[in-house]
Parts: sequence; structure tokens; C-alpha cells
Amino acid sequence: MLIRILEDIALMSGIGVILALILVLAQRWLSNYGEVTININGKRDLTVTGGNSLLSSLSDEQIFIPSACGGRGTCGACKCQVLEGGGPILPTEKPLLTKAEMADNVRLSCQVKVKSDIKIQIPEAIFNIRRFNSVIEEIVDYTYDIKGVTFKLNEGQSIDFKAGQYVQLETKPYEKIKQKVMRAYSISSKPEIRDRIQLIIRLVPEGVCTTWVHTQLKVGDKVDFTGAYGDFYLRDTAADILFVAGGSGSAPIKSMLEHLQEVGTNRKMTYFFGARTTKDLYLDEEMRAFEEFFDDFEYVPVLSHATEAENWQGKTGYLMPYFKDAIRDPKNTEAYLCGSPGMIAAVTKSLINDYGIAEEKIYYDSFG
Amino acid sequence: MDISAFVLFWAAIFTGNILLTYFLGMCSYLSISKEIESAFGLGVAVIFVLIVTSALNWLVYYYILVPFHIVYLQYIVFIIVIAAFVQFLELIIERYTPALYYSLGIFLPLITVNCAILGVGLFMIIRQYNFIQTVAFAAGSGIGWLMAILMLAGIRRKLKEKMVPVGLRGAGISLIITGIMALGFIGFSGIVQIQ
Repeated sequence: MLIRILEDIALMSGIGVILALILVLAQRWLSNYGEVTININGKRDLTVTGGNSLLSSLSDEQIFIPSACGGRGTCGACKCQVLEGGGPILPTEKPLLTKAEMADNVRLSCQVKVKSDIKIQIPEAIFNIRRFNSVIEEIVDYTYDIKGVTFKLNEGQSIDFKAGQYVQLETKPYEKIKQKVMRAYSISSKPEIRDRIQLIIRLVPEGVCTTWVHTQLKVGDKVDFTGAYGDFYLRDTAADILFVAGGSGSAPIKSMLEHLQEVGTNRKMTYFFGARTTKDLYLDEEMRAFEEFFDDFEYVPVLSHATEAENWQGKTGYLMPYFKDAIRDPKNTEAYLCGSPGMIAAVTKSLINDYGIAEEKIYYDSFG
Repeated sequence: MDISAFVLFWAAIFTGNILLTYFLGMCSYLSISKEIESAFGLGVAVIFVLIVTSALNWLVYYYILVPFHIVYLQYIVFIIVIAAFVQFLELIIERYTPALYYSLGIFLPLITVNCAILGVGLFMIIRQYNFIQTVAFAAGSGIGWLMAILMLAGIRRKLKEKMVPVGLRGAGISLIITGIMALGFIGFSGIVQIQ
């Protein structure tokens, strides 16, 4: 009887092994595309082993296209122009591409497989994106639900970014969360500091990454991130500046102000910070110090839900009515907004319609 | 079974439709029937995989499982063969006919878990078909499946513009429609019985 069982197991395994062998051999012969060349922006040529997705081929070469879902084709963040050799648009890409993008050869780099020589076009800024390994150096409680976390980069690494850009933090699995996720956070420290960055992270109920940061991370923990991403950064002009932020949106604004402090400026700047109550205010002293430092900078916190008991002397209600005093010349004013999508939409609408600021002068970073 | 392969082929399409009579292969039938083109692509892939894997499984069954007395392992072996073949097929198509891969490729992995494929494999054993009968039955079943999913996709396209009660949208109304189509197919069952 035992022999019978063993015989059957052996036969069964035999069938499995033979099929697996056939597949392994087939993969060897069939999926071997040899070495192919990825031409980037007509300038740089990368030689890679064919057969992988464009996204992973590029990240093997230390070029990081933003991707939030990790290459599963659900987020649409990894769009890039594929000029030649990308093959037809796949059904998995269609839902995430607009008609204009399709006409413009825009593809999802996580879905495009590199099988032959391929030509792509990506923004130059992406070349600066690197992967960093860091150790948590400091965690400060700014409010009951907002923490400032400082990450010290490992020896030999240094980050190059523009004030206002963001990084993508990689979580590690914790408790019930089995998967790694990537989430974007604006850098709140100035670009002049290159061996460490600070992020300001607000606890979002049920948020996978913010919960991880708030409940799991301790000083000394190792965290990886990629960056820097984004086209929300301080433009080097002489125009007046209107900063508008809510919640943890003050992070990129803080970075911009600290950067301006380093390089010096005489631009007229006003910073409106929207919060619910006095409990949600933070970085007050730093902002007052900026007011002292700059020739023409004003910090205006506005509370939407201040209670009697708080004895709040400052401004209340919506932010928008108070812009009037801050805008001298709408044609010569840039606005930098960072906050919830709702806030951004309302402020943008008001700036365009009520104050006549050109849409292209309004830069924003919305927490998606 | 002394039924002609030709009769078997037609019977598998109409009187014993794998989907509308046996309700096999429902998952991909419900999920890929939103657009006619995708439904057609999947259907063609099913036909092809069904014919080849049924033939392979027939050979494996009568030349390996029966002689070595491990017929009781047929479920596992059939599934492994199907999975391996689909993988293999995907590699070949991806390499040599990229155009076909782009239109068919994403459906192939779905087919591995399509119960219609395993169903045909098991029917051919239970009903003791010979090799020719098996291939005819598999081809008929595949075409029957394609026909069913195309009909549903067509109806669902019309349905998009119609008011469907909220609770029935999606799978609910699709199952009701499938039920009605199945009732319609009972009309064919008098022609020939293949049980």
C-alpha cells in the first residue's frame, strides 16, 4: 500500500516536473529578447535586457518614473511618451489614458514591455529622481494629529530637489497591512540641506501610510523613499507671492520660505494658513521669525471653527475674502496652494474669478 | 459512445451548450461581457485552448493516468496541464505574433481558471469519448461558449441605455438574462441528446 502511494506521488511529481521543465526551457528560448536599447529624449542610450516592463527596466537603471501602485496599472502615475517601439496601446492602459494622451504617444510605462529598441521621452527632472535609504532621526509632534519626521540619508547619499517637491515614502508591512505601499509627501526642509529631509505628515483615519508613520515609526527605524518628484516648486521670478495652505500643506511652503531665507529675497509674500481651531495651528514661532527676517512677509492664520473658549483674536471663516489685502497687482502675483482637493478647487476658482489671477500663475499640490 | 463526432459537434453548440445548459465558465462570462470586442477575443482564445487542452488531456488520461492507475488524480493533472499549456501558449504568442498577443494576451491567464475547460475535460472521460469525438466536442463547446458570451455582450450593450433597477445592475441582470437565454436553448434540446 505504501509503495502504491509513493509510486503515485512520484508519478504526479514527474508530470509536474516535466511540464515545469518544458515551461522553463520555453521561457529561456522564447522570452529571451537579448539586449535592447532604450533611447531617452534622443540623447541617452541605455542597454537593458529585454522582456521587462519599461518602468522596471528604467528603475533598474536608476531612473525612477513616479508610480503609486507599484506597476499594477491602476494608478496611472507612470505615464511617459513612447515614441517608437512600444507596440499598440493595451486594453489595460486605455481606461487611464485620455484621447489627447493617446494621440501624443503617452503610455503607462508599467504596461509597456521592452522587447525591441525603444524611444521614449521623459521630463529631464526625472533624471534627478533617486532612491534613498534613510534612518529616522527625529519625530516631533506639531499638533495632536500632525508629526514632523526627519529622515537622515545614509552615508554618501545626498538629495537634490527644488523647494516644494515631494518624495514617495515606502511603507513596510505592519499589523494587518501585508503589502508595501508608496505614498507621496512634500519635503518641508530646505533644499540647501542635502543629507536629510523633513516631512510633515498628518494622521489620516484609516490611511495605510499615515497610520504606519504615526503608530509604527520610531527614531532609528530604517525607511526608504524615492524622489524628488513634482512640478510644484518655487518659480524664480520677482512677482508677489501668495502662499495658501491647509492642514499638513504647510510642508512645501515651509521649504520654500526656508529656501528664500537662504538665497535672500525682497518679494512681497503673504502666507494664508487655514485651520479649524487653535489646536490645529503649528509652526507659529517659525512663521513669526520669518516675518521678522523678510522685508515684506506676512503670516495670516485663519480659523474656520474657532470656539468662544479659545479666545481667538485672529481672522475667522473662509480664506478667500482676506486675499484682497494681499494682492497688489493680480498680473504680478503668483499663488502657491497646498491642501485638500476641495480647498484647492475653491481657492483656485476664487483667485481666477474674484481676483483676476491668471490660471497659469497658480501652482498647486493637491493631496489626492 | 457510438455517437458521430459531427453530431457531437453540433450538439455541443446547441443542445448541450457548455454555458447555457451546464452553466460552466460563468466567471469570465460575467466579467468580460461588457464589450463585444473583448468578449469575442476571449471567446476565440477559449475555443483554441479548449480544443488543444482537451486533446492533450485525452492523451494524458489514456496514455499516462490509465496505464499507471492514477485516474483518481485526474482533476489535479488536468488542471496542471491546462495551466502549463496556457502559460506556454502565452509565451509563444507573445514572441511570434505580437499583434495577436496584444488583442488576446490579457485573456489567456483568465482561461486557466475557466471552469468550462476543465468541465469539457471531465465530460470527455465520463462519457467515454474517443479522441476524434473529444476534439469535436471541445470545438463545439468552445464555439457554444463564444456564442453565449457574444449574445450576452450584445444584450448588455443595449442594456446600457435602459433603466435597470439599482440592485440588479451588473451581475444580477446578467444572470437573469442568462437564465432566459438558457430557457430559450431548451427549445433545441429535442433535436439530439448527448448525455
